Amino acid sequence: MTRIDDKFATLRAEGRKAFVAYIMAGDPDYDRSLEIMKGLPGAGVDVIELGMPFTDPMADGPTIQLAGQRALAGGQTLQKTLDMVTEFRKGDTETPIVLMGYYNPIYSRGVDTFLADATKAGIDGLIVVDLPPEEDDELCIPAARAGINFIRLATPTTDDKRLPKVLENTSGFVYYVSITGITGAAEAQADTVAPEVARIKSQTDLPVIVGFGIKSPDTAQAIAGVADGCVVGSAIVSEIASGKPVAQILDIVRGLAEGAHRA
Amino acid sequence: MADDLFNSFMNGPDEKGRFGDFGGRFVSETLMPLILSLQEEYDRAKTDPTFWAEMDDLWEHYVGRPSPLYYAERLTQHLGGAKIYMKRDELNHTGAHKINNVLGQILLARRMGKKRIIAETGAGQHGVATATVCAKFGLQCVVYMGKHDVERQAPNVFRMRLLGAEVIPVTSGRGTLKDAMNDALRDWVTNVADTFYCIGTVAGPHPYPAMVRDFQSIIGKEVRTQLATQEGEGRLPDTVIAAIGGGSNAMGLFYPFLDDPTVNIIGVEAGGKGVDEKMEHCASLTGGRPGVLHGNRTYLLQDDDGQILEGFSISAGLDYPGIGPEHAWLHDTGRAQYVSITDKEALEAFQLCCAMEGIIPALEPSHALAHVAKIAPDLPADHIIVMNMCGRGDKDVQTVANFLGFDMSDTEGRKAD
Repeated sequence: MTRIDDKFATLRAEGRKAFVAYIMAGDPDYDRSLEIMKGLPGAGVDVIELGMPFTDPMADGPTIQLAGQRALAGGQTLQKTLDMVTEFRKGDTETPIVLMGYYNPIYSRGVDTFLADATKAGIDGLIVVDLPPEEDDELCIPAARAGINFIRLATPTTDDKRLPKVLENTSGFVYYVSITGITGAAEAQADTVAPEVARIKSQTDLPVIVGFGIKSPDTAQAIAGVADGCVVGSAIVSEIASGKPVAQILDIVRGLAEGAHRA
Repeated sequence: MADDLFNSFMNGPDEKGRFGDFGGRFVSETLMPLILSLQEEYDRAKTDPTFWAEMDDLWEHYVGRPSPLYYAERLTQHLGGAKIYMKRDELNHTGAHKINNVLGQILLARRMGKKRIIAETGAGQHGVATATVCAKFGLQCVVYMGKHDVERQAPNVFRMRLLGAEVIPVTSGRGTLKDAMNDALRDWVTNVADTFYCIGTVAGPHPYPAMVRDFQSIIGKEVRTQLATQEGEGRLPDTVIAAIGGGSNAMGLFYPFLDDPTVNIIGVEAGGKGVDEKMEHCASLTGGRPGVLHGNRTYLLQDDDGQILEGFSISAGLDYPGIGPEHAWLHDTGRAQYVSITDKEALEAFQLCCAMEGIIPALEPSHALAHVAKIAPDLPADHIIVMNMCGRGDKDVQTVANFLGFDMSDTEGRKAD
């Protein structure tokens, strides 16, 4: 049982939906990023997705890409991202943390070293966009062995024939991508997402969380209403980009979380 | 080697798209079903004689294949050693080898019913080839090109627009070829239903590296036949040399010779300002280490944290921080040798080729030629070198003029102050 499993068990028992918030580690700088991260649970965030900056984020739109560039320009590294989690864990041992990003920085560090460091820092799950099930031997299987959930993306192009393969080594939860496209693009539609979530749930007992294209409390509510929860990323990151004070950013997060929790 | 199938260098990739540890399918889930269906379609086409009959017809009548294998007599005499042949792929329609591959991919796209073609381009040669074939078949064409490359390759940008393509200058990241590839992938992931991604080099997720290699292998196959005709039955080249950005022209020349142990294979990377710690070059094999980018594992220019570095080369076509995975494997197995040539050396070879052979080469093959000029003098007269003249230099004259300090608007041909 990871913190993710515990969290979803609790949410399920309480009949509540999950609100997952994404921020980019090191954006706009290390200190403010850590301050925002520390404030997320108090703003109603159930699971934190922490972006690992990468120079070539092929599945992300401009908002997340620019956040990564800001973080890298500020000297953020994978080590500093792990340090952030270590710092966070000094004050919070319960909120699940999922690292999200691309494979090369992990591969560059070495998979075994990375998994050992991630475990030590208190990371619970990984979402690595460019590792489909066809490459499970790279990181997915070693992560599971190390007790870290490997959360897979399922997409509108994942047909019924392929779905079992996608679900096979997934743990923690399934992240359903609401649209074909990049992060921060078109608005997610609850009526098209609902049957897709049902399709996935017919093949797995894992919670299904929906992300991409959720920008407002109302959409968060609508999407969370047809799934086990929702993820908001670009909408939060663009507020961070605008230079708002941390308290104000956390208020916006609180609004989104309340939307999801109303569902 | 050729007698032992188990030790063949021509069996790759395996079913996972790997050449040794390199290659693979490192793409997001949204794209995975697309590349699987592309692989199925390619596997069908590969063994379908009607597919190859159509390719052969277009290669002959539209592209102008076979391209000549030309004995560069004056250059040979000037260098005073090995006998130098040039494979004249710069004489292809659109002026480079790129169209060999584009035709194959567009025929596949037609078989798959895709109406919208996207491509990335660096120097613009692949973009021009794609725009050309799309015009011929009446397909919508969108080309992603780094903003920096749009500026330094203006004639090719206009050519693409004349051919009806939409050219999108890429400003994300740092606006170079790798960013153009990122944006093409973002387009593809957004427009999955109707769009075919026509990749211009032997990189990307499986099956692209193998597929592009197969389409480009016409180069090496022709060399085999032509050399036998020109030099006598069974005569193979002693050395084959080609320039490498992603590595498609090189793979096309090398592949048919991989299992001929007497053939020395040399790939030439862009050394930019010199392969040193300043990293102002594009020599992924010489100055990089293995990593994962754009769907495959290969040698990459990267920092200690696994962040991708920008390459640097005078040649926009070589300006890419990675290299095709099959080259990475050939490098590690030792079957091929990889060297680097600086901007300065390439420019000297460019001018030498103009003066000695009346051929204005592109800056890309000028790198290969520069290495020929280095090794030929020390080789015996019966040593045959075949270098791939993979593109013509019209697109580069402005860059060369700037570098050499000429003002092209000066009617007396004087150097600028």
